[in-house]
Amino acid sequence: MTTMSLANSLTDTSEDVRTRPPLILGDNDFASVTEKVCRVVETSKTPKAWWALFGLSATVMTMLLAMIGYLFYTGVGVWGVNNPVGWGFAIVNFVFWVGIGHAGTLISAILYLFRQNWRTGINRFAEAMTIFAVICALVFPGIHVGRVWMVWFLFPIPDQQLWMWPNFRSPLLWDVFAVGTYFTVSLLFWYMGLIPDIATLRDRAKTKLRETAYGVFALGWRGSNRHWQRYERAYLILAALATPLVLSVHSVVSFDFAVAQLPGWHTTIFPPYFVAGAIFSGFAMVVFLAVIARSIYGLQEIITMRHLENMNKIILATGSMVGYAYAMEFFIAWYGGNPYESFAFQNRAFGPYWWAYWIMVSCNVISPQLYWFKKIRTSIPAMLVIAFFVNVGMWFERFVITVTSLAADFLPSAWGMYWPTWVDILTLVGSFGLFFTLFLLFIRWLPMVAMAEIKAIMPQAHAHSHDPHAEREHRVLAEAVR
Amino acid sequence: MSGGNGSMEGKMAGYLLEFETPGQILEASRQVRDAGYTRWDAHTPFPVHGLDRAMGLKSTLVPWVVLGGGMTGCATGLLLQWWTNAHNYPFLISGKPFWSIPANIPVTFELTILLSAFGAFFGMILLNGFPRWNHPVFSSDRFRRATQDRFFLSIEAEDPLFDERGTAEFLRSLGGSHLERLEV
Repeated sequence: MTTMSLANSLTDTSEDVRTRPPLILGDNDFASVTEKVCRVVETSKTPKAWWALFGLSATVMTMLLAMIGYLFYTGVGVWGVNNPVGWGFAIVNFVFWVGIGHAGTLISAILYLFRQNWRTGINRFAEAMTIFAVICALVFPGIHVGRVWMVWFLFPIPDQQLWMWPNFRSPLLWDVFAVGTYFTVSLLFWYMGLIPDIATLRDRAKTKLRETAYGVFALGWRGSNRHWQRYERAYLILAALATPLVLSVHSVVSFDFAVAQLPGWHTTIFPPYFVAGAIFSGFAMVVFLAVIARSIYGLQEIITMRHLENMNKIILATGSMVGYAYAMEFFIAWYGGNPYESFAFQNRAFGPYWWAYWIMVSCNVISPQLYWFKKIRTSIPAMLVIAFFVNVGMWFERFVITVTSLAADFLPSAWGMYWPTWVDILTLVGSFGLFFTLFLLFIRWLPMVAMAEIKAIMPQAHAHSHDPHAEREHRVLAEAVR
Repeated sequence: MSGGNGSMEGKMAGYLLEFETPGQILEASRQVRDAGYTRWDAHTPFPVHGLDRAMGLKSTLVPWVVLGGGMTGCATGLLLQWWTNAHNYPFLISGKPFWSIPANIPVTFELTILLSAFGAFFGMILLNGFPRWNHPVFSSDRFRRATQDRFFLSIEAEDPLFDERGTAEFLRSLGGSHLERLEV
């Protein structure tokens, strides 16, 4: 079995449709796919690796909570933000985490609209990743406002004493609506996809407690085709809504910068450049998580090398877009003839934060280019390393954009350096603890692969056998392809 | 949801016929449709391609709910921004106009998407009659496989054409691997 699946995984990435095996490898049928995905959740013996990772993540998450508590108790002075750099790690981390989320929506919505059936193997946990990443992102603006008890000012809530409203002409408020909508829609999309699979867990439950717990969230799903019809239509519409939404979210995040007048921020390239970067970093995170999860839980036949290779191709494409955007920013800074703009970019590459800039360039521009080689694209260790570098690079991209432009703006007399404090650094590290804790809980209690969707793309799902005409047509077509 | 014990005391709720492949349920559904039954259903672990037509289902109302949600969201976004920033408490900031469409597009767009998505999700939930945790089909133990790897056809006793003996015979003629009486 293992040698067979190994052989399969090697030919799995063939570009030739005639020799390409089905999306699900091995000798799987509906029952075995159900079994393989459900056993991860149903097992009474949680893998040791899960406990080790969970213990670590939960500890790191506790540190995040401690840092937030300290911040609330003492004030934002515990951070390195100052005048002129009023946006430090909090905003860098916010943009970083929102960006991570984008890959999940791209996989679940855009690839769905493009009928990329391979997405079914990875869409569930990519969507989960989106939700957890956006939760991490939302923490930062929330704790960054200084007086946290005023955080409700972000929303247009009527107040009897202070009869005032938020400023809708500010991109910061657009951001509240964009990220809030993004989180809500992603959550609905994810939960909707989960309903049939939660019903599967309910129906397989061995104990009353499990049956009730999953039963409540399954809402009484009984696989009715009258329900499937509305469900599929709603799912398609949600995908069609999430597609412009995801493009708008990072565009609006980039408006936080681009609508300002600061050199290095005030550029029209920001929205597409941010979106490409977001997808780039998000896919790196999906690859990272997928490689680890499939090996811990033996899901190599469902999340195959082809999935990983396809994602690496997307990383290559979006990484090249990001590299192009870096080059174009420099070109326009020179070609535009604005001395402040051209200084801002020289300062980025050769100023006091030169190291951050070159970490960003080497991680984001150089490392994905290695994916031109199929050997590297299909090598597990190589993709783990590159995915790691891409995420480091994308974090530094946000650092470079946020900090260098603020630290050196129009008047040299107003310049000032920014350095993070230990609280800044531990808060950033802690946010990874929050992310991985949520992700590990998800893997333990919910099906990480969309079973119903996987079954629908298996060869057994296509019922041609009862229509002789269609069957003949199918055979003729198959022969023509050969 | 709870497993039935097949006792004969309950009230007849209908029949449940089990199939092993999507092809079989597709063919059987065509026949049930042509026989004129109306209160019946096919239960499958995944959406089977072509089953909507085989069952003769009409198109769904979900897109209209979405349209309604989207238009409400769009109007809410525009009105909210106009009322708060240009009407109820106008305040000048950065010399920007109190009211200008370009600055108000992002929030309008997001609310349009948000309420459309609510329309799609809650429209599907409400039209499907969710949540509904009890149903005659859940009384069957075999039905647990409807969300895993088996395909079921159910005809309710409420169907005007339903006849305890005739329907059973009709269902037997459709093939299938197991015929079961549903009771509540």
